[in-house]
Amino acid sequence: MASNVYNLFIINKSGGLIFYKDYGSLGRLDTNDSLRLASLWHSMHAISQQLSPTLGCYGIELLEADTFDLRCFQALTGTKFFVVAEPGTQGLDSLLKNVYGLYVDYVLKNPFYEVEMPIRCELFDLSLTQLIRKDKGVIGR
Amino acid sequence: MADAPKKGTLRAAYRRAADIKPRDARTWQVSLNAFAFLFSEMVQYNQTRVDNIAELEHRLEHAGYGVGLRMLELLCHREKGNRREVRLLGILSFVHSTLWKSLFGKVADSLEKGTENEDEYMISEKELLVNRFISVPKDMGAFNCGAYVAGIVKGVLDGSGFPARVTAHFVPVEGQPRPRTTILIKFSEEVLQREARLS
Repeated sequence: MASNVYNLFIINKSGGLIFYKDYGSLGRLDTNDSLRLASLWHSMHAISQQLSPTLGCYGIELLEADTFDLRCFQALTGTKFFVVAEPGTQGLDSLLKNVYGLYVDYVLKNPFYEVEMPIRCELFDLSLTQLIRKDKGVIGR
Repeated sequence: MADAPKKGTLRAAYRRAADIKPRDARTWQVSLNAFAFLFSEMVQYNQTRVDNIAELEHRLEHAGYGVGLRMLELLCHREKGNRREVRLLGILSFVHSTLWKSLFGKVADSLEKGTENEDEYMISEKELLVNRFISVPKDMGAFNCGAYVAGIVKGVLDGSGFPARVTAHFVPVEGQPRPRTTILIKFSEEVLQREARLS
């Protein structure tokens, strides 16, 4: 069964892609495309904050397209987490919060990780795969 | 109790602090997150001051050594009624249970005698607390932050008169994605000679 989640991105506060991973066979991107999408999203997110008619807007949270949903979560530090998933997928916001939790645990508490740099932490990958696998059951249905 | 310290003196205060027994274990726990961040900073701090991995390992071990000496004093007073272990197996089980319980809230997963050498003992832990959030990058080879815990163990052993070389290693476990950490204790010759004399 293909997961409903296509891919997961983490971008640092200056818009650089620091983590990217495909889940399932649909919607795979090559390295250039993933970098492009990440920086594009970063700028769009920043512009949306300025353009928003409501006060205290933190940027786009959900982008609904014909073929995918893009859900974004921005941490207080400016690090953005977003997933691309099948249209109409539920529970993506809580998935992102959980991903944030894992990031805080296995990336920030790792003495060998440099802040704002690409994430290469074995434990983070491992627990992320577990989380997505567990979530497949919940979101997938 | 020949010289009970005078009330209100510094010595009295120290003695009171050491006397407090952890009746409710939960009140003696510290935040794992706080510890993880502190430990991470400690590793990073030391990393900027060394040229190679062996040196980093040595520095972590040294940091643990002082903790070990102090833990020995404290636990002997609190748990053992000011008695110290003088026999090899006694001190090993002290490390494996008493020390581990007080540091990590549980006894160590296993304590084994080395199969190849008489003077080697191993304490294994499926997931060592200090390694809980740490992924060691591939280019650092076999480096293990458990060197800190190895240092603590060394401090305890040295302090009680069992000089030993203590090192931490990753040991892969079948069917598990994560290796376990083994603390390898290699006692000095004189320890074994004394032990043979005693038995």
